[in-house]
Amino acid sequence: MNRTRNNPIADDLVRPLFHTSVWFYGSAAVLATIVLCGAAAWAYQIWYGIGVAGINWPIFWGFYLTNFVFWIGISHAGTLISAILRLVNARWRRPVTRCAEVITVFALMIGAMFPLIHLGRPWLAFWLAPYPSAREIWPNFRSPLVWDFFAINTYLTGSVLFLLLPMIPDLALIRDRATGWRRFVYGTLALGWQGTTKQWHRLESGMQIMAIAIIPVAVSVHTIVAFDFSMATVPMWHSTIFGPYFVAGAIFSGIAALIIAMAALRRLLHLEAYLHPVHFENLGKLLLLMSLLWAYFVFAERLTVWYGNEPSEMAVFWATQAGDYAPLYWTMVVCNFVIPFPILTLRRLRTVTGCVVASFAVLIGMWLERFLIIIPSLSRKPLTYSWGSYSPQLVEIVLMVATFAAMILLYMLFSKFVPIISIWELKVGNQPHPPVETADDELAELWKARP
Amino acid sequence: MKAVYALYTDPDAAQQAVEALRGLGVKERDIVVMSSEPFEEYEFSHRDKATWLHWIAGAGGVTGMVAGYLLTFTTQQLWPLTTSGMPIVSTWPNTIIVFEMTMLGAILATAVSLLITASLPSRLSVLYDPAVTLGYILVGVNRPDEPLASRLDEALAGVPGGQVKTVA
Repeated sequence: MNRTRNNPIADDLVRPLFHTSVWFYGSAAVLATIVLCGAAAWAYQIWYGIGVAGINWPIFWGFYLTNFVFWIGISHAGTLISAILRLVNARWRRPVTRCAEVITVFALMIGAMFPLIHLGRPWLAFWLAPYPSAREIWPNFRSPLVWDFFAINTYLTGSVLFLLLPMIPDLALIRDRATGWRRFVYGTLALGWQGTTKQWHRLESGMQIMAIAIIPVAVSVHTIVAFDFSMATVPMWHSTIFGPYFVAGAIFSGIAALIIAMAALRRLLHLEAYLHPVHFENLGKLLLLMSLLWAYFVFAERLTVWYGNEPSEMAVFWATQAGDYAPLYWTMVVCNFVIPFPILTLRRLRTVTGCVVASFAVLIGMWLERFLIIIPSLSRKPLTYSWGSYSPQLVEIVLMVATFAAMILLYMLFSKFVPIISIWELKVGNQPHPPVETADDELAELWKARP
Repeated sequence: MKAVYALYTDPDAAQQAVEALRGLGVKERDIVVMSSEPFEEYEFSHRDKATWLHWIAGAGGVTGMVAGYLLTFTTQQLWPLTTSGMPIVSTWPNTIIVFEMTMLGAILATAVSLLITASLPSRLSVLYDPAVTLGYILVGVNRPDEPLASRLDEALAGVPGGQVKTVA
């Protein structure tokens, strides 16, 4: 069993790091320009004040909070899914995990920016951090925003470590192939990794523990984001279902983002040999499951509100079912259920293209869902004098578009500097495995006698 | 001689080489095996399996929990501030902070102890050969005793497929 020259995995996955096409530079320049436009829009808002955004009484949460919830939801694609697949030892996970974990880290970074943008005065964001102020009054731990601070930082820290630690062996591999400044940079990042049996064992044990720890943290993060809403006595927010409803929605949109990212990598980096249709089919099945779960939660939420018939809640209910927001609401239903359900149910349609189409629909639907959770409820408070409407302004739209560009740009740059598929994990997946049970003596003998 | 090692393409051969070194009387802690991937199916990859990592993670979690408790419950009692008639110590919200800090403690303790016990960061040892990352499995001995050194070459070369190298 020659494991070197006949094993092209490392060559294939390292190649994109050393060869850059003109397309890459062109795409990066376009995306960077959009990101700069976003930065300029934020600077404009800081200079002229938060009044340039569309948020105003009574709707103080608009696009910024919609995008915050959306991006935190997208972050559930990676670390959570990767940790679950790692714990259940799903063999098909190996090419998927790093693609997914990267989404988590960048989506969390982008999502966490929105509360800062929304603050209007971002230089005061440190008020959220736990420190005794001049009057020795600590932050108000009863505030869900402080819970967000702790939850998002814990998840971000865990996700970064969950991404970086298994990257070390691959960085060592690049170190040994690189020359010049690349060798120095990758050598520094590889921390002197040599691949001793002790190092491998510690890495695998550590990753198992981290996987166990990160799952409840991931669930807690979106539950706490849901608490931002459900702790308020705003119509259709004050609901016990919001925690699990948000977590299910987050995993739903996260898987959709992962499928799109994997399809793009497969096409652009020519990774067809590693990201097989079966990976998309398996993720498509998960997406179908989450689509059904999402439909179940929406039905349970809507039925409970309708049956309760509480006037302030019914005002929001009818605004979304048949009023001003009905077109957006039914588009959301079509995108999150009507389109993905048949595509992902029929095996003939559950192809790479089919999964990507369903995923794009889900991302649009889930963004609309976040919008429809926030705006209609704030525009229909219990007393009619506090009813209002919201129109996003150019600053908010530019900032939103810029974050999507930032996500794509960061992902592109990451895949340019680090193998986007874990090489060593993929090689482990290609190792021949002996029979797990020794009960079948004949099979065990055959294993021992293999060439 | 600083080190002697052999490179194998086959994990079965690497296993035989480890056993050959043991047969020569090389101490278990002196035998070094390096590879570009873990080989869980082979005995040589289980040599350093004993670890305190799980306990350290647990201890990190407990430390985080205590820190979370001190940050929330204790500071609320030390600087009591009545807000809209709510209780000074708010147990349910505090539990969220304590939970997050518990998990953060466990995660950080795991990551730090992983790096320390895996001797990272460190300088590459004299035994290291970049061929390891090409897929070869390195089996060798670092700073062997002189009487043993000459016999190590023969033992490692005796296993089929090995490329024996010495570092002077």
